[in-house]
Amino acid sequence: MHLDGNVLAGPLLELFREDMTTATARCASCGDVSVLATAMVYDAAPGWCVRCHVCGDVLLTFVRAGDRLRIDLRGVTALELPAG
Amino acid sequence: MGTVASTSAETPSGRSIWIDVPDWAGNIAGQHVDVRLTAPDGYQATRSYSLASSGPSPRLQLAVDKLPDGEVSPYLVDDLRAGDMLELRGPLGGWFVWSPSVEQPVQLIAGGSGVVPLVAMIRAHAASGSTAPMQLLYSVRTPDDRFFADELEKLDNITYAYTRSGPPDATIGRLTKERLAAAVLPVGSAVFVCGPTGFVEAVASWLVDLGHDASLIKTERFGGA
Amino acid sequence: MSIFTRGFSGRGRDNNPALPPGQYLTEDFPVLSAGPTPNVDTDTWEFTITTETGKVHRWNWEQLMALPTEDIHTDIHCVTRWSKLGTTWRGVSLDTLFADVETEYDYVMEHSYGGYTTNAPYEDLRDGKAWIAHTFEGEPLDPEHGGPARLLVPHLYFWKSAKWIRGLTMMAEDDPGFWEQNGYHIYGDPWQEQRYW
Ligand SMILES: Cc1cc2nc3c(=O)[nH]c(=O)nc-3n(C[C@H](O)[C@H](O)[C@H](O)COP(=O)(O)OP(=O)(O)OC[C@H]3O[C@@H](n4cnc5c(N)ncnc54)[C@H](O)[C@@H]3O)c2cc1C
Repeated sequence: MHLDGNVLAGPLLELFREDMTTATARCASCGDVSVLATAMVYDAAPGWCVRCHVCGDVLLTFVRAGDRLRIDLRGVTALELPAG
Repeated sequence: MGTVASTSAETPSGRSIWIDVPDWAGNIAGQHVDVRLTAPDGYQATRSYSLASSGPSPRLQLAVDKLPDGEVSPYLVDDLRAGDMLELRGPLGGWFVWSPSVEQPVQLIAGGSGVVPLVAMIRAHAASGSTAPMQLLYSVRTPDDRFFADELEKLDNITYAYTRSGPPDATIGRLTKERLAAAVLPVGSAVFVCGPTGFVEAVASWLVDLGHDASLIKTERFGGA
Repeated sequence: MSIFTRGFSGRGRDNNPALPPGQYLTEDFPVLSAGPTPNVDTDTWEFTITTETGKVHRWNWEQLMALPTEDIHTDIHCVTRWSKLGTTWRGVSLDTLFADVETEYDYVMEHSYGGYTTNAPYEDLRDGKAWIAHTFEGEPLDPEHGGPARLLVPHLYFWKSAKWIRGLTMMAEDDPGFWEQNGYHIYGDPWQEQRYW
């Protein structure tokens, strides 16, 4: 079972210094463009796997490895957020 | 960093927690915070909790339901007390939110503690004087398990769906697609669904079956089965 | 800098000598997964071992079931800090499956239905240390725990025991799998607390 992308707000803030849940991500696998809040988050902590809500392929993963946060954006070909 | 101002029982297993955060920048209804607990040996556990409060007030309200075998919620419900310091980050999330600029009718659907961010929306709606209709469908085990019971008692735009026991005239049992169809605003309304993952999953797919546009349905899964 | 949270100690990280450092004991069997549970039908199931020559060794479900089975009593340790003691599994030893496989390579990539991968040294999958398990506590392995069959490599953190196992590919180098690419330890010994790199 998974959570919604909303829960990414805190961890992604650490990296991007912006709310990324309202940013859109383009899925490398199916081309769908949706806000990250609608992605599916498999929270098998400490590693989280974030999947496209349309095709289910992996958009990104992140792992809190001790005192470091590692993000892999392997399945995202574009990110767009409202200019603030 | 916040300081616990007070706590009070909401349900047999749930508590409201008021926290003062002096440099709070204000928040929109529906947002959450990440709470981080640190043990003496440095071990840390982080969980998300929705804000029942919104607006500029630096006194935040959380409401937490205790999962008996959980790591963080039993601490927050049973051990935390006034004067304790709590590390939290927020406000977080800009998508599962309601602001008065939304003119559509709004249907809120909560399962259990999923009512927390939706109560923030009900409060913000009342405070703003918005004329957009807003109503709540609240699925909860028994009347005693209702969060914010006294406050919600005063409102008439709420339908309860009791899953275990309830007043004699109520239908008891898990929500069904038919009961959902009878209780919600018509297609075209904005819908917010929040609660345990299984509940959100079922309700969201029924709504789509009933003709609701998936793009108007916003969900917040709290976890669990 | 974080402050300590008064009265919070974290879930039972007691000093039980049966537990690797930083682990707590659980009685249930938490479900951990990086994705949805794939629907794997034993009618179409197959397991392959692929070597450097391109040779593919294949078993279908019936062939797997015809191989000698072993009962395994073991403790399992998940990187998310739970450990479960005294679990009972039944399955086929990888020694049996590797019996006719010729390879010079020292590393293995485990592949799952659903796309998951994880890597391990070949020697960690030999000599009675790894199995394809299809039965847990006397019952067919539940799909959410990796059924119909998963790898069982209990001396490493449990993410190395790939659920819904589909095949093994021999590798010359220890290439990282799904989680290893992004922060999980390349080897993952729970007793050395090799959680991350
Ligand atoms: C965006 C967001 C907002 C949230 N807001 C609130 C809130 O306002 N109030 C609130 O009480 N909770 C809320 N939650 C849930 C909260 O973050 C924790 O998941 C919950 O308190 C359990 O944490 P724990 O450490 O006690 O349990 P854990 O130790 O994490 O889990 C214990 C066991 O319970 C299961 N489990 C985890 N979560 C749930 C669940 N929600 N229901 C049933 N079983 C579960 C786990 O799978 C595990 O087996 C929210 C979650 C999210 C993602």
